[in-house]
Amino acid sequence: MRKFKGVDFYDLDPLLSDEERMVRRTVRDFVDDRLLPVIREAWEKGEFPKSLIPQIAELGLFGATLQGYGCAGMNSVAYGLCMQELERGDSGIRSFASVQSGLVMYPIHAFGSDAQKDKYLPRLQSSKIIGCFGLTEPDFGSNPGGMKTRAERKGDGWVLNGTKMWITNADLADIAVVWARADDGIQGFIVERGMKGFETQEIRGKLSLRASDTGEILLRDCEVPEANRLPGTQGLKSALACLNQARYGIAWGAVGAAMGCYEEALEYSKQRIQFTKPIAGYQLVQRKLVEMVTEITKAQLLCLQLGRLKDQGKASFVQVSMAKRNNVFHALEIARMARDILGGNGIINEYSAMRHMCNLETVYTYEGTHDIHTLIIGEHITGIPAYF
Amino acid sequence: MNLAVCFKRVPDTTAKIRIASGGKAIDPQGVEFAISPYDAIALEVALRLKEKSGAGEVVGVSMDPEGNDVAIRKALAIGVDRAVLVKGGATFDSHATAQVLAAVLKPRSFDVIFFGKQAIDDDAFQVPTMVAQLLGLPRVNVCTSVEIEGGRAKCRRQIEGGEESVELALPCVISVQKGVNGIHDNRFPTMKGIMAAKSKPVETVAAPAFEPTLELVSLELPPERPPGRIVGQGAAAVPELVRLLKEEAKVL
Ligand SMILES: Cc1cc2nc3c(=O)[nH]c(=O)nc-3n(C[C@H](O)[C@H](O)[C@H](O)COP(=O)(O)OP(=O)(O)OC[C@H]3O[C@@H](n4cnc5c(N)ncnc54)[C@H](O)[C@@H]3O)c2cc1C
Repeated sequence: MRKFKGVDFYDLDPLLSDEERMVRRTVRDFVDDRLLPVIREAWEKGEFPKSLIPQIAELGLFGATLQGYGCAGMNSVAYGLCMQELERGDSGIRSFASVQSGLVMYPIHAFGSDAQKDKYLPRLQSSKIIGCFGLTEPDFGSNPGGMKTRAERKGDGWVLNGTKMWITNADLADIAVVWARADDGIQGFIVERGMKGFETQEIRGKLSLRASDTGEILLRDCEVPEANRLPGTQGLKSALACLNQARYGIAWGAVGAAMGCYEEALEYSKQRIQFTKPIAGYQLVQRKLVEMVTEITKAQLLCLQLGRLKDQGKASFVQVSMAKRNNVFHALEIARMARDILGGNGIINEYSAMRHMCNLETVYTYEGTHDIHTLIIGEHITGIPAYF
Repeated sequence: MNLAVCFKRVPDTTAKIRIASGGKAIDPQGVEFAISPYDAIALEVALRLKEKSGAGEVVGVSMDPEGNDVAIRKALAIGVDRAVLVKGGATFDSHATAQVLAAVLKPRSFDVIFFGKQAIDDDAFQVPTMVAQLLGLPRVNVCTSVEIEGGRAKCRRQIEGGEESVELALPCVISVQKGVNGIHDNRFPTMKGIMAAKSKPVETVAAPAFEPTLELVSLELPPERPPGRIVGQGAAAVPELVRLLKEEAKVL
């Protein structure tokens, strides 16, 4: 198989440290050797390729930016590069890593008690247990603050009632970080599979992110001990802090998917001859390729600076919103252009453009839709909220 | 168990090679470098032997004319305990390289010094044997299995029409073939391994000077392969294809 070389039009590589480059190389090789050979079939069958999980855990990607508990403690740029490379493989696999790391391990690390950290983090890091994150509900997507899931005190513990929808890893998960409304505001809970009243159900018929498990969480008088409430949370703000972690990874991941599409389209267009020459020799095709490489380069610059800011503790959530919004939008456009350049071949799964394109429709919507990020940035620059 | 693994930094197998001006070296511009694949396998063999024995260390040794430490850092990231970077020497002179390595290895004590069977840039196959000779150590090359037991190395190797089993007293020099002990590649470095690599000891020593034993006259790229030829389509093309294979390619 041909090895992926990456796209570096603006000579950004020297801005990365030796470690960061080695991290990228490692995950890039992993994607070429282990992920790409299995992804086509998994996607077609609509199955999550579980065999990859222990391998990704062994690389040490889960919770890789966290300190302690077996985690690598690496910087945000190195972590971003991991997400980029994984998503060059498939958005579904990157989603798994984002959820396990940014939406499950991060909240336990940031808001959990020492006992919770000791109990869950090492096993999440090694993938002995899998987590999911339940925020979205059937009636509350872009507006999670309206959530209906209730948490009521009962004796020493809590009783949870409600439904969480569109939950990545729901069916695979051993534990769920669930957000619910209590009398004194929104709280986070670690609900274990097996606790009475906890059930999950797979969502079928997806035409996007097919190599990822998506499901519903049903909480029916679900009994959760006080020891499983995240003690450090401060309402919805804490849930959004988790999303901020995952969105950061998505901004990088989108660049990976876009680079995969660009490389595929570029190679194809140089080989495919129509009329008198390779299609890469026609102005209209060149324009598409130029759009692609330009947007990839701009997105790389956004990510790199965002990562450096994050490592200095200076990245704001609006900056994360801008990178997620911009990079996913352009990745989706790039995937569509790549699909177009591949002609009829673009619609079959021997090539990855259409798989990426379908996947990116989800990425465009989850973790704050494109338009919700528009409103977040819009409010920030005008001072006027435009959500309602 | 104290194990040394000698490895060479070579252009990645996917790198597009250009000859530098002067015609005597590879142009490093834009080339990604890697540990020569057979040496990477030797590293994995040593790491697993150490893990199995539960004691000792694996020391990486690499001679590099530019003193580039890319290969060293990779080796440390996959689990080598410490490394010796030998700065200097000449890339394609096997005997001079063997002299440098032997001089560096001599004062250090190892149970086994591992090599890959060949480096993939010059394909010379010579350095392990020469190092063993210079150090006066027993050696076996191109091994397909290696076990260390009771102060002896038990190795197997493919020979024409069969397999050979040999035993050597330690210390010794062993070069390995792909597939040795079921190993085809080194493990992926872990994220933790990459982060830990920075803090592992790397000793940089200058390569002692030796008289070159050969002169590199020039490097040339292989001639471009002539494009394929389409002789026809379907069954109708078979007679012409057979004729060409017989008369032109002379393979039938
Ligand atoms: C495959 C997949 C996996 C997911 N994984 C998870 C998960 O692990 N955990 C989790 O909690 N959630 C998850 N989600 C949910 C995801 O975050 C939501 O789908 C997303 O927030 C959008 O919510 P919604 O689907 O209800 O759409 P809606 O909120 O109904 O939005 C529909 C449309 O209306 C627009 N819109 C909404 N409000 C406004 C407004 N005020 N102004 C202008 N336009 C507006 C939106 O931009 C969008 O275009 C996942 C979703 C998918 C598809």
